[in-house]
Amino acid sequence: MTTTVLPRVNYLNVRTTVASWMLTKDHKRIGVMYLVVVALAFFLGSIMAAGVRIELTTPQGDFVSADTYNRMFTMHAVFMVFFVLIPVVPAILGNFAMPLMIGAKDVAFPTLNLMSWYIFVIGFLFTVAAMVLGGVDTGWTFYTPYSSNASTSNVLLAGLGIFITGFSSILTGLNFMVTIHRMRAPGMTWFRLPLFVWAIYATSLVMILGTPVVAITLFMVVLERAFGFGIFDPRLGGDPVLFQHLFWFYSHPAVYIMILPPMGVISEVIACFSRKNVFGYSFVAFSSLAIAVFGFLVWAHHLFVSGISPYSAMIFSFLSFAVAIPSAVKTFNWTATLYKGAIWWRAPIMWVFGFLGLFLVGGLTGLFLASLGLDVHLHDTYFVVAHFHYIMVGGAIMGFFAGLHYWWPKMTGRMYSNSMAMLAALLVFVGFNLTFFPQFILGYLGMPRRYHVYPEEFQVLNVLSSAGASILAVGYTLIALYLVYSLFRGEEAGANPWLATGLEWKTESPPSPHNFPETPIVNEGAYEYSKREIKVA
Amino acid sequence: MAGHISPKRVYYTIFGALMVLTATTLAVAFINLGALNFPIALGIAITKATLVILFFMHLKYSSRLTKLVCGSAFFFLIVLFGLTLSDYLSRGWSTAPGGFTTGAGTRVTIGPATAEPAEGAPEAPAGAEY
Repeated sequence: MTTTVLPRVNYLNVRTTVASWMLTKDHKRIGVMYLVVVALAFFLGSIMAAGVRIELTTPQGDFVSADTYNRMFTMHAVFMVFFVLIPVVPAILGNFAMPLMIGAKDVAFPTLNLMSWYIFVIGFLFTVAAMVLGGVDTGWTFYTPYSSNASTSNVLLAGLGIFITGFSSILTGLNFMVTIHRMRAPGMTWFRLPLFVWAIYATSLVMILGTPVVAITLFMVVLERAFGFGIFDPRLGGDPVLFQHLFWFYSHPAVYIMILPPMGVISEVIACFSRKNVFGYSFVAFSSLAIAVFGFLVWAHHLFVSGISPYSAMIFSFLSFAVAIPSAVKTFNWTATLYKGAIWWRAPIMWVFGFLGLFLVGGLTGLFLASLGLDVHLHDTYFVVAHFHYIMVGGAIMGFFAGLHYWWPKMTGRMYSNSMAMLAALLVFVGFNLTFFPQFILGYLGMPRRYHVYPEEFQVLNVLSSAGASILAVGYTLIALYLVYSLFRGEEAGANPWLATGLEWKTESPPSPHNFPETPIVNEGAYEYSKREIKVA
Repeated sequence: MAGHISPKRVYYTIFGALMVLTATTLAVAFINLGALNFPIALGIAITKATLVILFFMHLKYSSRLTKLVCGSAFFFLIVLFGLTLSDYLSRGWSTAPGGFTTGAGTRVTIGPATAEPAEGAPEAPAGAEY
């Protein structure tokens, strides 16, 4: 194979031994290492999803048993939530790009950063072990008493895996916060920070404040299972709903861990590809913080039908509606940024358009579910499944791919095929809608989630959904193919293929091990595109 | 990272205060204060934790940013407890328009008081419970 050799020393070729990767403290290499593990988790989670969709093509349970089905959807969610969605943007793109974007040589605690990766991998291996030994059947939410005394599956192993991974999340959040406070280049004031950095900051806040709670909660389940403590057992004076409170105190804000960093990516990409300053910079920046804080006040909207006090439910319903405000601020500001912009049709902006449409649907259907009366009808139906996939896949994963396509030339020094990437974005968008839009209707018609059989009248919509899932699979496979291909045969990207303004584009691609030849000095805002010539290729 | 050096006197004073508070916790445990048992024990514990954070962990001498970080952690702890309690404390409240009868037999109504049914008035039809 003929490969063009990139002529200079960069972070990828400075040393190439396995040990040089395994012991690296370079934030860029650690970002790439996260990419490898997360891709593996995404693959495992996708296999489980494929099993679920195959089973649901027919109304009868003819592919797997009810018990196997429970284990499949649980493992799908456990991998996707804890090992894909939560780390995907902060740990991969945050690690790679954030220090570059603020003009730093590395994160504040490079060794801790490497340790976070190892902790993540150890947690991942525990969870893989739980899957190999037969999986978990409780649902990813580990509700008691399913998880405490009813389940005979590997709850302990999976719980331990997630518990361990939580520390990786806390340490990464801590590392990023300190980095953003202490390592900014001269002149990089808070209001010159790229919005991606603001989003990472807000996310770190949630990681540090929320993750300990879920770790303790899962630990309590372990105590309950192993020693019969009775914290969640009414026979011993406990309360199963307490588990739900504690679990969602983290797991609802965790949704914002998943969506805030992609929102930051969207701000970067939208400014670059409409060649405009982001409309309402400070509003977009502060709405990230507002989402992070408000996100902690809404968790009990998952509990409306769990027997909580109706008065409490009213408070939570109101607060849930309130989160729509900062989310809408962002969406409107992005749209205003596009308005009268010189849109440059390249792959990253395609993913952004996908994000905008899907996040809008996902966000607005969230308001349906926050309504006390309607939630009684829609709770635990496919409507909910469709809603959160619109946020998590339509929002977070589309946002991640926007970022990956945006920073890929910086990460690897090479360009992928733009037309292939546009095609993949289109395939994923179409496949996604075909998969999940029918689920809104199914849920509205009353099909409950987490069953492997269903009445025959739901078959058409389920077959549509499964067909959409196979289009999604083709789209994701295509991405993997052209990105890997670009590593070997891609054109050299050059330092700034998008003619973008951020500091990360002022250094070479791929960057040298210490990022910048000398510390950059910042003397303008993050998105001064109006000062630059547009050269649309 | 300007390390503050407190005089030994401060450490001894705080240590003394912590010991006194520990003794108080122990002493209070032998007195039944009814509903106040729990709040008093927690109050003493919070005072002790505050002393440790302020003096032993040097929060009192730290930057405003450090104080903000510490304060926000407690803010979110209050959110966790407060909003969870909003469920537990109001769970027994009825939403039935006609009120309800507690286990002790007390009639509780919400909204304008309605007259008690007159003696000999017909019983409510079966199945009309809210």
